[in-house]
Amino acid sequence: MKRITGLLVAMSLLAGAGIVLADNPLSINGAGATFPYPMYSKWFDEYHKKYGNVQINYQSIGSGGGIKQVTEGTVDFGASDGPMNDDQLKAFQDKHGFGILHFPTVLGADIPTYNVPGVSGELNFTPEAIAGIFLGKITKWNDPAIAGANAGVKLPGNDIVVVHRSDGSGTSYIWTDYLSKVSDDWKNKVGKGTSVNWPVGLGGKGNEGVAGLIKQTPNSFGYVELIYAIQNNMPYGRVKNSSGAFIKADLASVTAAAAGAAKDMPGDFRVSITNAPGKTAYPICSFTWLLIPEKFSDAAKRDAIKGFVSWMLTDGQNDAEALSYAKLPKEVVAKEKLALARVQ
Amino acid sequence: MSSNLRWRKFVSSFMLTMTGVCAVVAVAVLFFILGYLVYHGGTSINWSFFTKLPAPVGETGGGMANAIVGSGKLLLLAALIGVPIGFLGAIYLAEFSGSSVAFVVRYSADLLNGVPSIVIGIFAYSLAVLPFKHFSTLAGGLALGLMMIPITLRSTEEFLRAVPRALREGAMALGASKWKTIATVIVPAAYRGILTAVLLAFARVAGETAPLLFTAFGNRFWSPGWNQPTASLPVMIFTYAIAPYEDWHRQAWAAGLVLLGLILIINILARAILARGVAVPRS
Amino acid sequence: MATTTTTVPSAGPFAGSRSFIRKFREGDEIARMITFLFAASVVLVTILLVYELWIGSTLPRHKFGLHFFVTSVWDPIFDQFGALPFIYGTLVTAGVSLILAVPLGIGAAIFLAELAPARVSDILEFFIDLLAAVPSVIYGLLGVFIVIPLMREYIQPGLKKSLGFLPLFQGPAYGVGFLTAGVVLAIMVIPYIISVSREVLLSVPRDQREAALALGATRWESTWKVVVPFARTGIMGSIFLALARALGETMAVTMVIGNTPTISASLFSPGYSIAAVIANEFTEATGDLYLQSLIELGLVLFLLTFILNGLARLLIVITSQRGSEMGQA
Repeated sequence: MKRITGLLVAMSLLAGAGIVLADNPLSINGAGATFPYPMYSKWFDEYHKKYGNVQINYQSIGSGGGIKQVTEGTVDFGASDGPMNDDQLKAFQDKHGFGILHFPTVLGADIPTYNVPGVSGELNFTPEAIAGIFLGKITKWNDPAIAGANAGVKLPGNDIVVVHRSDGSGTSYIWTDYLSKVSDDWKNKVGKGTSVNWPVGLGGKGNEGVAGLIKQTPNSFGYVELIYAIQNNMPYGRVKNSSGAFIKADLASVTAAAAGAAKDMPGDFRVSITNAPGKTAYPICSFTWLLIPEKFSDAAKRDAIKGFVSWMLTDGQNDAEALSYAKLPKEVVAKEKLALARVQ
Repeated sequence: MSSNLRWRKFVSSFMLTMTGVCAVVAVAVLFFILGYLVYHGGTSINWSFFTKLPAPVGETGGGMANAIVGSGKLLLLAALIGVPIGFLGAIYLAEFSGSSVAFVVRYSADLLNGVPSIVIGIFAYSLAVLPFKHFSTLAGGLALGLMMIPITLRSTEEFLRAVPRALREGAMALGASKWKTIATVIVPAAYRGILTAVLLAFARVAGETAPLLFTAFGNRFWSPGWNQPTASLPVMIFTYAIAPYEDWHRQAWAAGLVLLGLILIINILARAILARGVAVPRS
Repeated sequence: MATTTTTVPSAGPFAGSRSFIRKFREGDEIARMITFLFAASVVLVTILLVYELWIGSTLPRHKFGLHFFVTSVWDPIFDQFGALPFIYGTLVTAGVSLILAVPLGIGAAIFLAELAPARVSDILEFFIDLLAAVPSVIYGLLGVFIVIPLMREYIQPGLKKSLGFLPLFQGPAYGVGFLTAGVVLAIMVIPYIISVSREVLLSVPRDQREAALALGATRWESTWKVVVPFARTGIMGSIFLALARALGETMAVTMVIGNTPTISASLFSPGYSIAAVIANEFTEATGDLYLQSLIELGLVLFLLTFILNGLARLLIVITSQRGSEMGQA
């Protein structure tokens, strides 16, 4: 018995030593948004295949988590689909003595997805309907606000099970940003943010958790990033945009929404494109950003991150459309390449 | 037989049968859990589960090789922290201490034992993550090690105390100093019980998830060294189970089977060791 | 704490220090000091933990004071934090779990202690101890894929139909919620109730049972009216232990409770528990007040489990003492 124990201990110590002494790749840690997680995990996987000595470990804990952890300094970069507000930027500056920069990576869309028995196709949603459902005012699927936009579809009289995010989420930020623009009621009662006081609904953790809940709960209704609905074969609806047309989220409609912002992109890249003007624009979409500190004490890490961003702006963009994320407009890419020089 | 007696006898048989039903239900739940896990996990386990890294989100395939190794590293660290402190502290309590000091130490150990694992996670985060600006295997190992301490301490103390006085006194009578007595007579006599205690503590922390959420964090790749975040089986199960991807569900079952299998084997092993009795080794 | 040595200590002015030096040379003092350090470290770590929890929650303690415990708003945007929904959820789920687990657990313990032949009892106890070793996340896994659909498709609608007049069983059947969390927790705590209750029941001296039977009681009456009351405090102790475990459970609960800070009379409603909200929001709590409010919740949970654990051990000790006292009579 003693010998076996001793042997086990020796083996594990050897294994441990082996792992420690093995050729250590440069390990970079990032955390944040679940919105672009499928894109990022693909990118980091590919980048690692290309540059085997760099390992970028990204954990999707939600945009709120990304902002928090990069401010604390426990991760090297963050990611968020809700840009950091002025207070958060100041907090970072105060803590570190230098600032943090936003780098848009792709464009994505929040889509309304649902699990309604008997309905497998696309439903149309007006801004009033969405706001009413999430405020708890519209409680049944066959409410006139919903039925009115969906002539010919048999909607059951079941209660709507609203699903939202339980964690601090950029996806929520995009959704509530849109609702604040289209509904004064929402703006005054709830407001916009990564973590709001939801009037009704169940909470799911991450885009993954919300998609999981909706998939398993009949009569549910919630919002996820487009790719999550596609990858999980979940039906999603059209939303009425500011021009009055019911638009389905896809590469064309998201790119159309970003067209205006591309020309007027502010220097810090923080911009909201919800409810964008344009006949074909999808109203609930957004850029998503990497949050990269201005200064790095570790030169190797800095160069690796800058190298990744350069790759992302060129080769990486070619992977976006396969996962239903829209590429960055050319003007934005050009501006970002210039901004990258600010990372010291 | 009076009708009252007949009624009482009926009640008696009925209630006692009900208690049997309760026992059967309780055990049935265990077998159901095991069976379900074996079925779903067993059909999902394949070679790539043990050898591959996680695939990009949404793609099928990939495995949990890094999580298995990560859990191994975390548990190794936990043992390195928990076992010495628990073991040597128990020696102090059993052999050297006065009753008031012993009371304080035991009380603290019981307190620590009762702390919910999520709170241990908060503690380890403020101790080992924030100051170093790093999620790491070390922080995760620290959190798990803290949880191992009280279990190891209390059980080891009991087994040390259970060693018969005659052994102690015999050694002393032969001129051995106290520490020599402890090292060469008492500890070997209690060896089986101590090993059992360590194994049970090990099994207990092997399945802990909450304290790892903000210490070891997570990693899609291999975690180099001890200073980087690492994947672990319990956290992967959690992440995959609440996600919508079918393939992730499949992998969560497989991981659940592996984890539970490991824990049950350790438990059974520990009990088997103890059942052979706390004996004085022949030398 | 004199160590016996075989040499007779000689009298003289330096007798005491010579014995110390002798002990030191023999390594005893070193051994004592080293082991003392390790034992002391346990105390230090515990004190440090409580200290960190206390210091880490200063902001909300000063800002909200006792209001923290009676406010039900949890709004990170407007910096309003109240613990009530989480305390409510923690207590309700623990309560439901006990209501389910205690009768089942005590019943099973009675069976194992009084009725089953020793061999059967030991084998079943072995399996029940294994149940206690199953980690929380695996219960969560089973909760998500088995219990939730079961609840949503069959049990909740069934309860609604039969007992829907009670506010407890009203509202839509989501599948997740207080009831589901309570059921999963019940499965988790049953082994604790069974194994501790079985032990205290076994420690009740034989003459108690035999006296009752001699007086004409049926088997059940002797068990229920004599043995169980005798072991009452120990059984209460096991319930407290189970309660303490249920209160601190994190993973299984957060996977099935719905993660919504709601206070509702209905058991079908989604809710939140202290441990679950900490697990979900800790890594993303931006702003000191938010983070420290979560830490204060951790402190509350710690205090709750601390008190319960203390009570539990006290009760168990009292019963076993009574048992041995009476046994010697």
